[in-house]
Amino acid sequence: MTQSPTGVSAQRDLFAAYRQTPGVADELFDASGQMRPVWRRFVERFSRLSPEDIQARFERGNQYLRDAGVFYRQYSNDPLTERDWPLSHIPVILHEEEWEHICEGLTQRADLLERVMADLYGPGQLVSDGHLPAELIARSPQWLRPMVGVQPRGGHYLHFIAFEIGRSPDGSWFVLGDRTQAPSGAGFALENRMATGRIFPERFPRAHIHRLAGFFSAFRDAMEDLASPSFKHPRVSGILTPGPSNDTYYEHTYIARYLGMMLLEGEDIVVENGEAMVRTIEGLQPLGMLWRRIDASFADPLEFNPHSQIGTPGLMEAVRTGHLAMANALGSGVLEMRAMMAFMPRISEVLTGASLRLPNIATWWCGGAAERAYVHDNAQNMLISPADAVNLPFDLGATTALGGEFRGTAMGSIADWLDREGDRLVGQEAVTLSTTPAWQEDGAGGGSVVPKPMTVRVFAARTSSGWKFMKGGYARIGRSGDSTALAMQRGGSVADVWVVSDRPLTRHATQSDRDESYLRVSPGTLPARAADNLFWLGRYVERFEDAARLVRAYHLRLAATDNRGDARLKSVRAYLAGFGINLEEPLPHALIARIVAARGCAMRVRDRFSTDGLLALGDLLKTARRMTKTVQPGDDCARAMSVLVRKIAGISGLVHENMYRSSGWRFLSFGRALERADAVAAFLAEFADPGAPDGSLDLAVEVGDSIITHQRRYRVETSRNAVVDLLALDADNPRALLFQIRELRRHAEALPHAHEHGRPSALLRAILPLEAGLACAAPQDVSSQRLIEIRAELAGISDLLSSIYLR
Amino acid sequence: MLYDLRLTIEYRYDASSDRTRNILRLLPGDVAGVQRLVQRRLTIEPQPQERRDGRDFFGNETCMVAWHRPIDALMLHLSARIERFEPAPLLDLSPPLEELHQELIQMASIAPGSPHHFVAASPRVRLSPKITDYGWDCLETTAEPGVTVLKAVETLGRALHRDMSFDPEATDVDTSPEEAFENRHGVCQDFAHVMIAALRGIGIPAGYVSGFLRTFPPPGQPRLEGADAMHAWVRAWAGKQLGWVEFDPTNNQFAGSDYITLGHGRDYGDVAPVRGALRSSGGQDSEQAVDVLPLEISAPR
Repeated sequence: MTQSPTGVSAQRDLFAAYRQTPGVADELFDASGQMRPVWRRFVERFSRLSPEDIQARFERGNQYLRDAGVFYRQYSNDPLTERDWPLSHIPVILHEEEWEHICEGLTQRADLLERVMADLYGPGQLVSDGHLPAELIARSPQWLRPMVGVQPRGGHYLHFIAFEIGRSPDGSWFVLGDRTQAPSGAGFALENRMATGRIFPERFPRAHIHRLAGFFSAFRDAMEDLASPSFKHPRVSGILTPGPSNDTYYEHTYIARYLGMMLLEGEDIVVENGEAMVRTIEGLQPLGMLWRRIDASFADPLEFNPHSQIGTPGLMEAVRTGHLAMANALGSGVLEMRAMMAFMPRISEVLTGASLRLPNIATWWCGGAAERAYVHDNAQNMLISPADAVNLPFDLGATTALGGEFRGTAMGSIADWLDREGDRLVGQEAVTLSTTPAWQEDGAGGGSVVPKPMTVRVFAARTSSGWKFMKGGYARIGRSGDSTALAMQRGGSVADVWVVSDRPLTRHATQSDRDESYLRVSPGTLPARAADNLFWLGRYVERFEDAARLVRAYHLRLAATDNRGDARLKSVRAYLAGFGINLEEPLPHALIARIVAARGCAMRVRDRFSTDGLLALGDLLKTARRMTKTVQPGDDCARAMSVLVRKIAGISGLVHENMYRSSGWRFLSFGRALERADAVAAFLAEFADPGAPDGSLDLAVEVGDSIITHQRRYRVETSRNAVVDLLALDADNPRALLFQIRELRRHAEALPHAHEHGRPSALLRAILPLEAGLACAAPQDVSSQRLIEIRAELAGISDLLSSIYLR
Repeated sequence: MLYDLRLTIEYRYDASSDRTRNILRLLPGDVAGVQRLVQRRLTIEPQPQERRDGRDFFGNETCMVAWHRPIDALMLHLSARIERFEPAPLLDLSPPLEELHQELIQMASIAPGSPHHFVAASPRVRLSPKITDYGWDCLETTAEPGVTVLKAVETLGRALHRDMSFDPEATDVDTSPEEAFENRHGVCQDFAHVMIAALRGIGIPAGYVSGFLRTFPPPGQPRLEGADAMHAWVRAWAGKQLGWVEFDPTNNQFAGSDYITLGHGRDYGDVAPVRGALRSSGGQDSEQAVDVLPLEISAPR
């Protein structure tokens, strides 16, 4: 047997390759090579699993993440490239007493950071007393001058922060970085937990693991208190996101759903008279609190970066007047500067009289001659980088030197660099991290457990009873076995962190995952932008389907006649060309563009749209793109279109059957009905026109998906009156104009402010005459001219809807 | 010297905006030892639905205005009477350039008056190796060794005036200092930005001053460039004792009694007279007119 000291023979295979590196702490084994007690029972159980069982369990976890649509985004040429979530399936396990110790140290640090923040945006005493260099603060783009002298609503600057921590070779913990601007990862921690719950569903270990839900509900309560300190003036709260192209957008949507909070983008908010308000379909609603996930410098183009397209003009004004609370305060990013680490130990002593309970990564600001010399002489064991960088030490930038060598761009010697730009540089100890068990596949269905370096992200939220920590969290696992911080660069994976108790926890503390996921409260009023996206999602989906049906009809005829010169084919080509669809391409690019547009809308309302629906749209897009490469004109293309039509019908069904009948669903359905009504009107105006080529009426019936109804009802040759009756005036045919206009009216009646002072709203007043006119019309009344007028009226209805509800 | 100042700025928007919010920095005020405000009036048309006056970090007076309904044009009119004091003769109390850094480090402050705000790159003035090299070259070729900060500021300003040509057509409000310097032309904003970049490059804290010039010169003197629009020049920190000095590279002189200050900051972005956000698409068009007339004719010299 190898050095495996666990004494369980069965685990020999899985843990045989697990070797501690000398001089590196390990999570599984302590310094003397003994397995830490907190891991023992887990390792015993895990070792008994067969390779097949392990694979099956891991796959359950992966499947959960795929079904939930968990993804993250890497910045690349295509801003919307999404990656699967890189879960490392074996958790990091820490004992609750050790966790408690960590959190005590971090509580001190959180309070200290709050005091530094209050000073930097207040009297500036730390600088004038020489504890922070003036040039460091004045130079930082994160120190936002408009915030100086502004009192944060609620009295605090920091509300939700995170710490990146690691374990030193001596077994103690230290802080690698403070995340005070808009830390991400808390939502991903929840998803990791759901996934590991699928992998290890048994009572052991689950009953021993501290739950995460309590942390979130406590923070939500705190946010609500901040938003509406008095019941007299209730204000809503929301999460401010930069939008779908942000790398952690998924998490924003997830947390918004989980906490039942509005997910807002800059354009959702307006500021009037110093008050921030959300544009909703019911009008402007006062906003009391924003959980900010957007970098402060982009939050308000009027007072910060003027080129920001994602901010809200006047947001800073709303903060200044004290009507709007922010978690965290604008400008809190200044605390993330690497150079701050050099001064925190001293500041702690100055401000609190106590040294840091949890040290931070040893850091030297090279603006001082002595520090510069020290960093120079010890460059072999240093990471040298820009002093005002705000990313974590292991996220190396282009101009960074590690161990006396430049990475990336060549820049001359380190000595020159330090002399030239010393006051803009910091040296940080090239730390060694602890290793933790991670699964390594052997490529033959099995695998083994190997040590990989890790850091843990710890989340803290301010509540009425002080800082509360998430019990558990989120670990980053390095890609290689190398335990220098370098291994933690992008491309690693993430693991769940279990904080465990020796005894099973009480029922209260161990609500099931099901309870965790049902924390949500009522989703509240629909923001106007979300309504707008749902409306256009409905329109694009329908617009795609209408076009796909026409393209199919065209290719069926092409297959039957094999004559491109056929008059009907010519007329369809010309008709579709008018809509930007080029039938010379077997699968016209314009069709793909419609799916892309629909999916774009769906992604912007990810917090309100079915995950299955979104995945199905992605699947449709993939299929369509694949088809463009192979599809041939004629029968082949007709069949391809049938596939796409069935898929889109499936999506519509999914949405219609499963979507909660909220106002969001109404806007989606309104968009769909409006688009279908318009498509039928346009189509009839062309193909039921007396001047249309022979056979056009049959085409109309076919595209209207009404062949069977038509045959059953009329049993005669197609006539214009019969077609118009069926496709325009039949209130029971879902393909008919009147049917869809009736839908529009029903949705409009259910929207806010449908009736004012007993009178129908402007929107209803536009729909009602159209509905009545069609209900009373005879087929011969519905001329092509009339159909064209109806299209104009529909466009007017769309504009009215937009101006009343969507801005 | 008493001046009557009139400024009109007009905007026309292509598409009328949903909402408009602006921060105006158009209110001249007292500047200790430089000027005194006698009276002023700012009229805004159409009447804004919100107006809140305040001060920004650097102490400039701001006027936040907003319209919650669409507007398609905006007219701002300022009339003010300002007394401009005759500046005291500039005595060179500044340290040698190589000693400035030591004095700077001793200024342990991030209060608004601290020179530290004006040392590093700012949003519109990046440090450019080319401009920095130009700054050092100017000092090497035209100044004595051990040059004082004040002399360095003057040398650099005069060199820029010599090497750059004034051309209102060549640049716009968003032209970078690098580009203006590359082509050696621009308007007062470009002259000021290039000089700021050069000063910061050689280690002298430098900022931007916006304001006005008297429209017609005293008899027998040439009309100053930029007198028919708002003007801009440079302030530089010349050490603890001398403090800030102001030089106008466009007109090759220290700012004297012909200059009325409106505001100051790190670069144009901090003092833009109208900073705004329209909630609309489409462009905009603006025009401005300035008159600065002395109320009394100074006694012949």
